Amino acid sequence: MTDTPETPVKPAAPAPRPMGRFARAMDSDVGYAFRRSPVAIISSTVTVIMVLAAIFAPLIAPHDPFNPATLNLLNGLTPPGVPSAFTGDTFILGTDDQGRDIFSTILYGLRISLFVGFAAVTFALVLGVTLGLIAAYVGGWTETIIMRIADIQLTFPSILVAMLIFGIAKGITPIEYRDQVAIAVLILAIGLSDWVQFARVVRGATLVEKNKEYVQAARLIGRSSFVIMGRHILPNVLSPVLVIATISLALAIIAEATLSFLGVGAPPTQPSLGTLIRIGQTFLFSGNWWILVFPAATLLILALSVNLLGDWLRDALNPRLR
Amino acid sequence: MLSFILRRIFQSVLVLLVVGLVAFAMFRFVGDPIDTMLGQERTMEDIDRLREVLGLNKPFFLQYWDFLVRAVQGDLGISYRQGRPVAEIIVERLPATLELALVSGFIALFAGIVLGIFTAIRRDGWAANTIMTVSLIGVSLPTFLIGVLLIYGFGVGLEIPLPFTDATINTGGMPTFGRGDTVDLGWWTTGFLTTDGLRSIILPAITLGLYQMTLIMRLVRAEMLEVLRADYIRFARARGLKDRAINFRHALKNTMVPVITVTGLQLGSIIAFAIITETVFQWPGVGLLFINAIQFVDIPVMAAYLMLISVMFVCINLIVDLLYVAIDPRLRVDGKTA
Repeated sequence: MTDTPETPVKPAAPAPRPMGRFARAMDSDVGYAFRRSPVAIISSTVTVIMVLAAIFAPLIAPHDPFNPATLNLLNGLTPPGVPSAFTGDTFILGTDDQGRDIFSTILYGLRISLFVGFAAVTFALVLGVTLGLIAAYVGGWTETIIMRIADIQLTFPSILVAMLIFGIAKGITPIEYRDQVAIAVLILAIGLSDWVQFARVVRGATLVEKNKEYVQAARLIGRSSFVIMGRHILPNVLSPVLVIATISLALAIIAEATLSFLGVGAPPTQPSLGTLIRIGQTFLFSGNWWILVFPAATLLILALSVNLLGDWLRDALNPRLR
Repeated sequence: MLSFILRRIFQSVLVLLVVGLVAFAMFRFVGDPIDTMLGQERTMEDIDRLREVLGLNKPFFLQYWDFLVRAVQGDLGISYRQGRPVAEIIVERLPATLELALVSGFIALFAGIVLGIFTAIRRDGWAANTIMTVSLIGVSLPTFLIGVLLIYGFGVGLEIPLPFTDATINTGGMPTFGRGDTVDLGWWTTGFLTTDGLRSIILPAITLGLYQMTLIMRLVRAEMLEVLRADYIRFARARGLKDRAINFRHALKNTMVPVITVTGLQLGSIIAFAIITETVFQWPGVGLLFINAIQFVDIPVMAAYLMLISVMFVCINLIVDLLYVAIDPRLRVDGKTA
């Protein structure tokens, strides 16, 4: 087949190569849907670029915004793309009042926003999936208590729950440690406010799975409940979890930005995008729009692309819509 | 039917008791109340006396009961920060929040339903498509960002050059800070009676209502499209009824059931999201009070706000559930299983 000199009947057919993992993924149904959807390609590209920019922020950023030695107060409030009146330095997105390069602060802020978002969703996912599995598999009182708590929590908007947890955690922490643990508290608060979705979906799926033959077989050969839940049921209930995780990521990023904007989130020493917008708002009335607009635009693009990706994933993984 | 109502009421009371427990635990365990109320100069006798007065030496559940009784009677403790009874502060702040929620709820409902119907009827028109695309951005836009952008656009203002002249027009000038002039009616302060007050509520109300508006709009559109495909609509068309009559008399009515439920539930989140809007616009309502309480770890205010908002939420959910049964006859038949 490889050494046919004549022109082949189907000219476009390439020689079949053993496919790599990525190629196989692209060749699947979901991969096909992905290649056909410009929205999915653009939003995933933007998301990946933002994640990479956040990870490599120290390499990309022209300045280190947290090292006071590199700051020059004379550069303060330089508009974007215009040389500073005093030093002649040019900043692509301008500077804040202390001469920090906005582009660099956005990169570092993106880092914190994404870190908090990913960590909070991971936390919510692990907690929710575990509780959902246990609730459905064990049943009885355990299930009643877990799902009742979930119901009660679902009565309240998650942003309110997150604020409350943040407030309580702040009250418990001694004053001198508050700024240091703020990020961890933020992750805890957003994660705890968001586990219910995961628990409900996993519980629903597990209730179906646990009566199937393979679970009965595993039980018959004497595997422990722990192994059955973790090794046998879990892989079969994970696909809706992926969708919820993506949508949750967008919500977590927005929740983090909201809390930080309200001054009950990331401290000024570790500014996230929300903190930057909070700071930028104070300069709005003096006409220094760039301190607000660029972080806000970054947040918007990030939230929008993760949201669109989640929407697309939900449709692509939903067999009823094909 | 009756058992359904009773079960829902029982559930609501259970939720309130749990929330009360959380609020009480905050009082009791987040920081030592004795520490907070007595200064550095204190003796063991002082501590014991205050412990006795506050009932802190009683068993936990007895204390919880006392706490609930006092809360029901309107005694929510004293703010650590302002040194005034929390109930008094909340009563003072509540009108601002309720007026804001009312206006934005009205905007969301009215604009949402109108735009929803429009996008459903003209589903392939360019205007409908534009509205749908913009609404997608609206859903992704965090509330606080909408507020900040509105302040920038209409408070600070942009200089827009008028065509064919050298003059520019400034889009700004709207009040962006506080409630403006209010009229004190004794038990209620209102901003509705002064021009300044009315102007002041516009931007915050739009900020708060925009997200709910997009939600209602998308819901009305989806329901409407569903209903317009139904058989009875086709028969109505076959009978030769006018489009207007079909769309508004026949289709819209059946669209309204889920809309009422969602709108009712959204009323709760309007009150919650008011926290964000109030902070952006420094609107002196209970939400701003709550954020300040978190910032300064003012536990009594936080606990009181939590209880207040859960009473509101639980009542709203209960009413929506009952309303749903009243509106949709299908639910009444198998109400026992619901």
